[in-house]
Amino acid sequence: MSGLIKSSIARKAVMALSGLFLVIFLVLHVTINLASVISPEFFNEASHFMGYNPLVQFVMQPILIAGVIVHFVMGFVLELQNKAARGIGYVKYKGGANAPWVSRNMIYSGLVILAFLGLHFYDFWIHEMAYKYVEAKPEDSTRYYAETVEKFVPFWRTIIYVVSFLLLSLHLWHGFASSLQSMGVNNKYTPAIKSFTKLFAVVVPLAFAFIAIYHHLNPITH
Amino acid sequence: MGVLDSKIPSGPLAEKWAKHKNEIDLVNPANKRNIDVIVVGTGLAGGSASATLAELGYNVKTFCYQDSPRRAHSIAAQGGVNAAKNYQGDGDSVYRLFYDTVKGGDYRSREANVYRLAEVSSNIIDQCVAQGVPFAREYGGLLDNRSFGGVLVSRTFYAKGQTGQQLLLGAYAAMNRQIQRGKIKSYTRHEMLDLVLVDGKARGIIARDLVTGEIERHAAHAVVLASGGYGNLFFLSTYCMGANVMAAWRAHKKGAFFANPCFTQIHPTCIPVSGDHQSKLTLMSESLRNDGRIWVPKRLEDAQAIREGKLKPTQLKEEDRDYYLERRYPAFGNLVPRDVASRAAKERCDAGHGVNKTGEAVYLDFEAAIMRYGKEKAYTSGIKDPDKETMRKLGKEIVAAKYGNLFQMYEKIVDENPYETPMMIYPAVHYTMGGLWVDYNLQTTIPGCYAAGEANFSDHGANRLGASALMQGLADGYFVLPYTIGDYLSDDIRTGPISTDTPEFDAAEEAVKDRITKLMSAKGENSVDYYHKKLGKIMWNKCGMSRNEKELKEAITEIAELRKDFWENVKVPGKPDDKNQELEKAGRVADFLELGELFAKDALQRNESCGGHFREEYQTPEGEALRDDKNFKYVAAWEYMGDPKDAKLHKEDLVYENIKVKTRSYK
Amino acid sequence: MKIYLKIWRQKDASSKGKIVDYTLDQVESDMSFLEMLDVLNEDLVAKGEEPVEFDHDCREGICGTCSLMINGQPHGPDRLITVCQLHMRSFNDGDTIVIEPFRAKAFPVIKDLIVDRSAFDRIQQAGGYISVNTSGNPVDANAIPIEKHIADKAMDAATCIGCGACVAACKNASAMLFTSAKVSQFALLPQGKVEAAERVENMVRQMDLEGFGNCTNTGACEVECPKGISLENIARMNREYLSAAVKG
Repeated sequence: MSGLIKSSIARKAVMALSGLFLVIFLVLHVTINLASVISPEFFNEASHFMGYNPLVQFVMQPILIAGVIVHFVMGFVLELQNKAARGIGYVKYKGGANAPWVSRNMIYSGLVILAFLGLHFYDFWIHEMAYKYVEAKPEDSTRYYAETVEKFVPFWRTIIYVVSFLLLSLHLWHGFASSLQSMGVNNKYTPAIKSFTKLFAVVVPLAFAFIAIYHHLNPITH
Repeated sequence: MGVLDSKIPSGPLAEKWAKHKNEIDLVNPANKRNIDVIVVGTGLAGGSASATLAELGYNVKTFCYQDSPRRAHSIAAQGGVNAAKNYQGDGDSVYRLFYDTVKGGDYRSREANVYRLAEVSSNIIDQCVAQGVPFAREYGGLLDNRSFGGVLVSRTFYAKGQTGQQLLLGAYAAMNRQIQRGKIKSYTRHEMLDLVLVDGKARGIIARDLVTGEIERHAAHAVVLASGGYGNLFFLSTYCMGANVMAAWRAHKKGAFFANPCFTQIHPTCIPVSGDHQSKLTLMSESLRNDGRIWVPKRLEDAQAIREGKLKPTQLKEEDRDYYLERRYPAFGNLVPRDVASRAAKERCDAGHGVNKTGEAVYLDFEAAIMRYGKEKAYTSGIKDPDKETMRKLGKEIVAAKYGNLFQMYEKIVDENPYETPMMIYPAVHYTMGGLWVDYNLQTTIPGCYAAGEANFSDHGANRLGASALMQGLADGYFVLPYTIGDYLSDDIRTGPISTDTPEFDAAEEAVKDRITKLMSAKGENSVDYYHKKLGKIMWNKCGMSRNEKELKEAITEIAELRKDFWENVKVPGKPDDKNQELEKAGRVADFLELGELFAKDALQRNESCGGHFREEYQTPEGEALRDDKNFKYVAAWEYMGDPKDAKLHKEDLVYENIKVKTRSYK
Repeated sequence: MKIYLKIWRQKDASSKGKIVDYTLDQVESDMSFLEMLDVLNEDLVAKGEEPVEFDHDCREGICGTCSLMINGQPHGPDRLITVCQLHMRSFNDGDTIVIEPFRAKAFPVIKDLIVDRSAFDRIQQAGGYISVNTSGNPVDANAIPIEKHIADKAMDAATCIGCGACVAACKNASAMLFTSAKVSQFALLPQGKVEAAERVENMVRQMDLEGFGNCTNTGACEVECPKGISLENIARMNREYLSAAVKG
């Protein structure tokens, strides 16, 4: 088994599976977020459910966090290994001639997303933890919408979010299809699947960005 | 019988091999573990032989100058491999394959060897399929065949245009299995520099590690030479750059007879030389002659205008073109055998009708085929009255489907589109039928020294048929040599390990080192390539497609002079104990400079024309080859006597008991 | 035409190398790239200098020996060819051409532009074969019919020439395309299925031991492969490997 964990293909499978898991999470996330634009009430309800349901809080949330950590740690490990595999570098290397920029720079799009996650956790997760466990305030199923919109009042935060979503898009553009290839999916449906993953890579971050901009432009007036 | 004992088993032809296998001595498995065999060369013959020998239990050491056994030049064979499977039900048989091979070789090969080759050919296909060689298949899932090289049946198995590659990778895979088992030790980037004899028996080799320059001793109970042919003697050929005669020539100098050195195959359809910088010639598959028509301009002034670029071939009217093969050989036309097609091209170019800037090229024209296919396709697509452009368009599609990759390769090299303007082709040296003389057991005249594949002379006579080289390499390696060698090794079960710490090894190593020192201390002006190119020019002009007494004599003198100049004036930079490509080349060219002279001497003594050997003095009034069975139905085996000019000729008479010797005619 | 060359020169495996500049004045567009280097070497020998060592043999694109990184691309700017098939007409008068060896930790430089690719041999030795005896195989070749499109796919994978361009092009110096081509050829054929699981595990283990990088599916290998070996083979190998691992 230790041999398996060291093997390049198994590591790639870990990258792929954690990545695919995060893709599924994104679907859930974007769906709930969209509700904030359409129906503040539904958004509040859904957020409240996610925030207080024990299954979500104590099972799914740790799994998600673990998924994120595994994906990033393995990404770094592989990146270091891959850098070492070249040994002496080329004087002239024309990577752009045979592979798209996004596929060659996943580490950078990944790092931006990681940095963004720091901010995002600070904005929402830390806030929630403090609200629920440190300050131990009472449950209030109507606060989420206002708190969310409030976050997007500052222009700088909205910009950071939007730029991060762009990088997320680039990361997904290669990563989604790549994870399927890593899991051994490559057949006659692959061209169609690839089109779908690219569509996904555009639509989901675009939706996130739209929500951020929407809230920035439509602040709650007191 | 003289010095040469071919050891052909008695009995009816069809039973000789089975009988021989039953009668030869075997080595029991426990004893095989105590016996070492060296195999030099890892192409089809060497790779397959070492895999089988190791599998049988012998300890094998393989040597190749390439960085991996997989890169031997067998890999470049395109067309296919013949086997008398008769899967197509077109009347093929072992006898027919045997007959075609002997006839194709212009009755200069040994009946018993060729019959055995035909007999084991079927096993090759079984073996390779079991190994996972992806031969082409029909829609029903069974193996596909194509016809090849002017024979009347479809017996050629193929894997796209890369049959040699697939067969070699099969043999390489079998080798790898034995390397993993520890039964083969593979030495890559190693070159054999001499054969070591102890008590008259081959007992090892001296090799140079091409990376470190270290001279190494390797001992064994027997040495197998599977080091390929010597066509690079001509400098320009379809051989790989590293192909050389060193192993075979070293063995020759230690007592192995060299047979029929002048039998060389010159392939008619290669891309012509484009300039002095040219290092290598590229073959265009023979299959192109199925659809291409070969021609030159009828008038000399047209040919000149074309050479100067003032006239385009497409502007020349039909009546101004000379389709010389169709004119001379109405029955076979463009599909005459390789030797005949090559000579005819040379004849036209020598007469001044050549069409490229060097004057050494003829046209291979697909216009007629494009229009013919186009018309057919138009009709079957329901276009009843197609215009020329439609026909041309449809025809091009058909031709592209058949030969697309070849056309693309041509365009890459020549920078002309062969769909629009005729291809230019010219003959080039492609294969050598001659090689080390071997008996029925593939043993040379040195006990314990064997030769397999193109390195030996055995099966193709004076001309080789298409798709037969792969067959012979694998037959020798998988099915013949591993058994016949047991007959010799059965005497060695009590010998014990061969020591390299003996006076014989000392002397051999000393000689090798002296030679390297000598090569590196000649501080002249000229590079190795300078001499190689000069030798190539002499060989091509005077010992090439047609030969005559006067020029052969000149060649002998010129080569001897060139050799002398080489040893005095060659310039080899760098150091001997280092990776040194110039030193590698120098050693090889030094041997070619000796072999070249023997080649010319052999061509000079053979006062007849047969197969690839055409002597201008011996031709019919129509210019066809005139064989002399009364005086020359023999194998010329040369014994080394100190200098190529002193080489001693031994004759092995060829006896035909099962085939009637006839004149080849393609009229 | 005039060509400026920047060539990696390195005395031996243990020395440090560097880029050395050369200029060639009389380059003809009909020359192959390697013939251009021949001309350079003739010049160097004439001057008493050591010629540039580079690997080459068949010069017709099939042996897989030649291995040059030309202006940052393995086998140069053209597609589906090896260096020996590249011609100088792909360049212009006055061009500067940077020539380097294929770079990978698993491909140490031997001298100048020559690298040691024996890692590929060891991967093949680890399992790149079908374990049948070569002597006296009694099964008729047509006893196992194989669907044409399967045979064709196996053939496509089998055309790999083992040149190492995939490793050289890959930003991770990964050997997945090479290894997967052999794994695929045998995994597709019924003869090879018997020991498929063991084969893929052994070959991948050896590949990793040699120090090649991990595949990140950039696809550079497929683009630069002179024989057009498809990424499909890598997916197949992943599949084969993961299912072998799951089955234990």
